[in-house]
Amino acid sequence: MYILGQQLINGLILGSIYGLIAIGYTMVYGIIGMINFAHGEIYMISAYLFTIFLSLVAIFGIASLPVALLVTLLLTIAFTAVYGFSVERIAYRPLRGSTRLAPLISAIGMSLVLQNYVQLAQGARDQALPPLYHGVFRFGTASEFVQITHIQAIIILVTVVSMAALTWIINRTELGRACRATQQDRTMANLLGINTDRTISLVFVIGASMAAVAGVLITFNFGSFNYFIGFVAGIKAFTAAVLGGIGSLPGAMLGGLILGLSESLFAGLVNTDYKDVFAFALLVSVLVFRPEGLLGKPAVEKI
Amino acid sequence: MNVAQSLKDATVAALIAAVLFVPIVGLVLDGQDLVTHLPRAVILVAVVFGGRLLISMGVQTQLGRPLRHAAAALEQVWSRVGDVAGGKLAWFIAGLLLVLVAIPFLPSTTNYLIQILSLTLIYVLLGMGLNIVVGLAGLLDLGFVAFYAVGAYGYALLAAHLGLSFWASIPVAGLLAATFGCMLGFPVLRMHGDYLAIVTLGFGEIIRILLVNMVDFTGGPNGISAPRPTLFGLSFGRRPEAGEVAFHDFFGLDYDSSYRYIFVYLIILMFTVLAVWVFKRLREMPIGREWEALREDEVACKALGINHTTTKLSAFTLGATFGGIGGVFFAAMEGFLNPSSFTFLESAIILSIVVLGGMGSIFGVILAAVGITLLPELFREFEQYRMLVFGLAMVFVMVWRPTGLIRPGRRAFGVEGNGHGQ
Repeated sequence: MYILGQQLINGLILGSIYGLIAIGYTMVYGIIGMINFAHGEIYMISAYLFTIFLSLVAIFGIASLPVALLVTLLLTIAFTAVYGFSVERIAYRPLRGSTRLAPLISAIGMSLVLQNYVQLAQGARDQALPPLYHGVFRFGTASEFVQITHIQAIIILVTVVSMAALTWIINRTELGRACRATQQDRTMANLLGINTDRTISLVFVIGASMAAVAGVLITFNFGSFNYFIGFVAGIKAFTAAVLGGIGSLPGAMLGGLILGLSESLFAGLVNTDYKDVFAFALLVSVLVFRPEGLLGKPAVEKI
Repeated sequence: MNVAQSLKDATVAALIAAVLFVPIVGLVLDGQDLVTHLPRAVILVAVVFGGRLLISMGVQTQLGRPLRHAAAALEQVWSRVGDVAGGKLAWFIAGLLLVLVAIPFLPSTTNYLIQILSLTLIYVLLGMGLNIVVGLAGLLDLGFVAFYAVGAYGYALLAAHLGLSFWASIPVAGLLAATFGCMLGFPVLRMHGDYLAIVTLGFGEIIRILLVNMVDFTGGPNGISAPRPTLFGLSFGRRPEAGEVAFHDFFGLDYDSSYRYIFVYLIILMFTVLAVWVFKRLREMPIGREWEALREDEVACKALGINHTTTKLSAFTLGATFGGIGGVFFAAMEGFLNPSSFTFLESAIILSIVVLGGMGSIFGVILAAVGITLLPELFREFEQYRMLVFGLAMVFVMVWRPTGLIRPGRRAFGVEGNGHGQ
């Protein structure tokens, strides 16, 4: 019972992380119809940036932990957003009008570049962040319990808040309206005076920011990372985005949660080695019965 | 010439470069501390500034114009090369074959070179396979490495458990890979574009995970050995196994390690030529037309009465067969298999070969396979930077020529003489 409960909590945490990264994939796909393979690497870079800025902030002598964390978080989001913007400008914008596969290869190339760039600059070994905070909530008896650390609770909270904020931005602000318009019909949006280039860059920036939040949270929670975490997380998050229906924001979150929960439950209750196999099998089963994903819009074939 | 504007552009670029490079390149994590490497970050920013300034000003000045004319002229020449080579493909291949057959017998050729060439040929073979799935049929397959792995491990396991020889394994492993191709094809029939991509990616990863974890069956991360190929029962080792005759003993020659490499190389060459020929024929047959129709417009395809299901399945199955056979050769060449050779990166490389070369183009795929395999070898000394340069090259080539190096041409059949008909 408690094992199940613990796995559920682990699944929620994992799912939140996947969801945050999946948002980047789904928004980019929704607006320009391409899979941003380099998005996982943006997440990885944010983990490195977070740790670097944290060390910097410590050197500059900001003693109070919450203030240091807040400053570092904002810096990380800002710098990661610049990475997201740059990748789009260099690798995707020139390919805006071409076939579907060209941006994909470019994205794969960009992913390789970012991985190796970080590996060369920072070294190939695992990096570690010392545990900075230890509070836990515990439920149950002394011998059998379910625990969720304060940090993990914050992860869930931050994810919910981010999702809410993003949904509000997309649905209630002018920026969001521009995004939705560009997604529906880019030519018309251009004719109506929306600067689609800037809107698309904005979407990349938002996606990168979400990934940065995920990177910060995961580094803070698990403490160790290396230059390769982007690849694995990227594939999982992409799977989550597709599972939920690519192009749909709530779908990304839902897909993330389902993926995280099923992976965690499978790992805990059955077998850890094959949890990825299970995750993909789940994806295939969902797609066979609902080819557009859980919350996706059925693809209308224009004739 | 607007120097102010150029300077402004360059400054903006340099600022962005500073944000990108100063933290990651300039401040290196070392345990709990930061080690500053600011000089190299500053150099990168300076290069960005200088480069942007040069490009911005160069395009505007007197110097810039002839350079742009030269660039345009080069483009023209390259397009002509593509057209000509595509048309005279037979001559090109004949000439290439002569060179390839001769190379191993030249005195200055090392075993290493023969191995590199063998690997290149395997990539051409794999490229042909994926060219069917992605290039002709337009089905975005990101998990092609799965069939490659099935072929390779299939050979090793068949030899270990059933005692099949190299030559017998080729069709069997090919069939095995074809079955997997079919297995992949069924669930994805209804999926389009990017959904197909992630499912095939997942398939590739599943195969790799199974290979790593089924330790009793596949040897797991420690790998499994594959037997060497024989020529009518003659083995190529220095000392023959019990019951085998050695190649060099049979022909009365001294043992030379290169015999084995040359033998494997020639076999691979033979099969690769066969594969290219098969691909060319398939492309011109009705089934090739159906694949290309599928790629261009699926709905029109269905409206014309083309059976969607069999077309897709045949593409997957045939592509997988090529992949599986490539796997057998890889196993025979290396002698030892390991799941780390069958990662997503391999799928990405093979996909790059097809897309960079030009979808559906034979010459393009050969060119791209050569480029992707041989160019990293030239950079051997800069071992560390190889993958970085490879990634940059991928981005650069795609931005420069999004349709691939060789424009996919439409092969049409014309009527001789009076074009107005009867």
